[in-house]
Amino acid sequence: MSFEPLKQVTSKTLVLPATNIDTDQIMPAKFLSMTTKAGLGEHVFANLRYHADGTKTDHDLNSPEGQASQILVAGHNFAGGGKSIEHVIAGLMGAGIQSVFATSFARLQFRNAINYGLPFVTCQDIDKDCSTGDILEYNPDNGDIKNITTGKTFNTLPAAPFVAEVGAAGGLMNFVRDKIAKGEAIG
Amino acid sequence: MAQTLFDKVWNRHVVVAETETNPATLYIDLHLIHEVTSPQAFTELKTRGLKVRRPDRTLATIDHSTPTRINADGSRPYVTPQAETQVETLLANTKAHGIETHGWDSDNRGIVHVMGPELGATQPGMTIVCGDSHTSTHGAFGAIAFGIGTTQVGHVLANQCLLMPKPKTMAINVNGKLPNGVTPKDVILHIIAEIGIGGGTGYALEYRGNVFEEMSMQGRMTVCNMSIEAGARCGMVAPDQTTFDYIEGRKFAPENFEAACEDWLSLCTDDGAIFDKEVNIRAEDIKPMVTYGTHPGMGISIDSLIPTAQSDADQAALDYMQMTSGEKIAGTKVDKVFIGSCTNSRLEDLRAAAEIFRGRKVANGVTTIIVPGSVITKYQAEEEGLDKIFIAAGAEWREAGCSMCLGMNGDIGAPGDLVVSTSNRNFMGRQGPGVRTVLASPETAAATAITGVITDPRKMGAAA
Repeated sequence: MSFEPLKQVTSKTLVLPATNIDTDQIMPAKFLSMTTKAGLGEHVFANLRYHADGTKTDHDLNSPEGQASQILVAGHNFAGGGKSIEHVIAGLMGAGIQSVFATSFARLQFRNAINYGLPFVTCQDIDKDCSTGDILEYNPDNGDIKNITTGKTFNTLPAAPFVAEVGAAGGLMNFVRDKIAKGEAIG
Repeated sequence: MAQTLFDKVWNRHVVVAETETNPATLYIDLHLIHEVTSPQAFTELKTRGLKVRRPDRTLATIDHSTPTRINADGSRPYVTPQAETQVETLLANTKAHGIETHGWDSDNRGIVHVMGPELGATQPGMTIVCGDSHTSTHGAFGAIAFGIGTTQVGHVLANQCLLMPKPKTMAINVNGKLPNGVTPKDVILHIIAEIGIGGGTGYALEYRGNVFEEMSMQGRMTVCNMSIEAGARCGMVAPDQTTFDYIEGRKFAPENFEAACEDWLSLCTDDGAIFDKEVNIRAEDIKPMVTYGTHPGMGISIDSLIPTAQSDADQAALDYMQMTSGEKIAGTKVDKVFIGSCTNSRLEDLRAAAEIFRGRKVANGVTTIIVPGSVITKYQAEEEGLDKIFIAAGAEWREAGCSMCLGMNGDIGAPGDLVVSTSNRNFMGRQGPGVRTVLASPETAAATAITGVITDPRKMGAAA
């Protein structure tokens, strides 16, 4: 996984219709003892994607369209459940996810996503007006999400300047190192 | 201008002030690390060729993935080889960077939020961070203490600072006389049930009033520990003589202790200081509490009926818990009891549980495990003979660690089990797939272990 500067994303979309998709569902606790970021992508949504015997389920996540999706759409309180662990974000990015749109996000993981430069974009009704397989285009500069398949556009608030700057740098570490290298104050 | 406790501590640590667009740069006095959220941060440092800036302000231990049993041959039964690698990685990283580490050979090894205070490393007026959401525990000493993510762990390792927007302040005033048998755990579960799991979002809480002034440090830690469960960034109690008495004589206590205490006494909210929000609670209204649902805000007094669902989510929680609206929660059959975690694994908690176990037996079929918060706590309990009381009652007395609070080390329940737990979170599946968790005080957990059903500890009477 690399920390790439935030850019326009155009991709097929996977819609997870449920609310309160908590961190345990995104990254089950048994994978939290992993000590590297590499390989976490394979375990994202493991309990939804695999049966107990290791065979694949018929969940959308395993479909060709799910596999090709770089955009995830969800309902309220995505990544809730209180855990602060970043395995969740590293796993999503490791699985190729480049943006997550939801009607609301849990705060701790929202902050982690900023620090990784993964756009978590809050958007009303996005879960109702998109279907798995739709092609969405996200413009981080003006906050517009365009559903190219249906023609509908969602206006979201563009990221706050600080968040946008961190995103443009490709995460918090890069942001601060750039500032230090240039001798600029962070505040 | 009159300032709050939070403002005073915050202002002492601002390196670059917050602006309309950018968060403040805050200096961090103490960085606690453990095996789960640090390895990727150390990798990041290595990749970028960075050193740990202040190893002397960093303290490490191992707690989440550590087994709480020892094999007959002295080896440790890790749940997976990966868990062992995680622990070994922490030990190797801290050794390479010269960070004081309380590993297998240290008497201070234990849950990171038990270790900091026991070493006297947690002090009033500090900023304290750790890659763990229950870092709010340390606010009991009048410190600003909060959990951070692994990227931020990397930051603090590299530059001992953190970017952070300043939270708003909220006073939680609890005044009056707590009824007999009401514990600090009941107080915080009552507060969270009252303000809700989102009630503290965006706020730093200050617990105020005679109830907290009269509370021990261990009780204050239990309260501050669960601030995060109300969504708050942190929770604090103003330092006083109780705080100073706790710190005095511990390893990291300041050399010029009197001067330090004088300074710490100034860390109180000034008369006339204005909080962004205030909540007032009557101590007399608080009873022993238990949770009935799948988040810590779903709490009720132990003598009440299970509430009617107000939403689909409430009903889903009741269905998962196999609880029925309108029925009494007391008397519900349980399968396991867990006494431990950074919320309730300190000596006072163990003493309180032992008082109930003394001369009694755990109910048939109820597995009861008691996990001290640190090696030192374990020794102290054993000196007082508490271990013998637990074992005689039929409970298991384990090695220190986080254990069944989140089950990362393999200490989990079986699907469908109802577990009465002194920990801090009752989310679906946290203590194992399909496991149902009821949060309670050590007293309620112990009484429940004896009877095998959820039991009000005030009704236990004298042991036979």
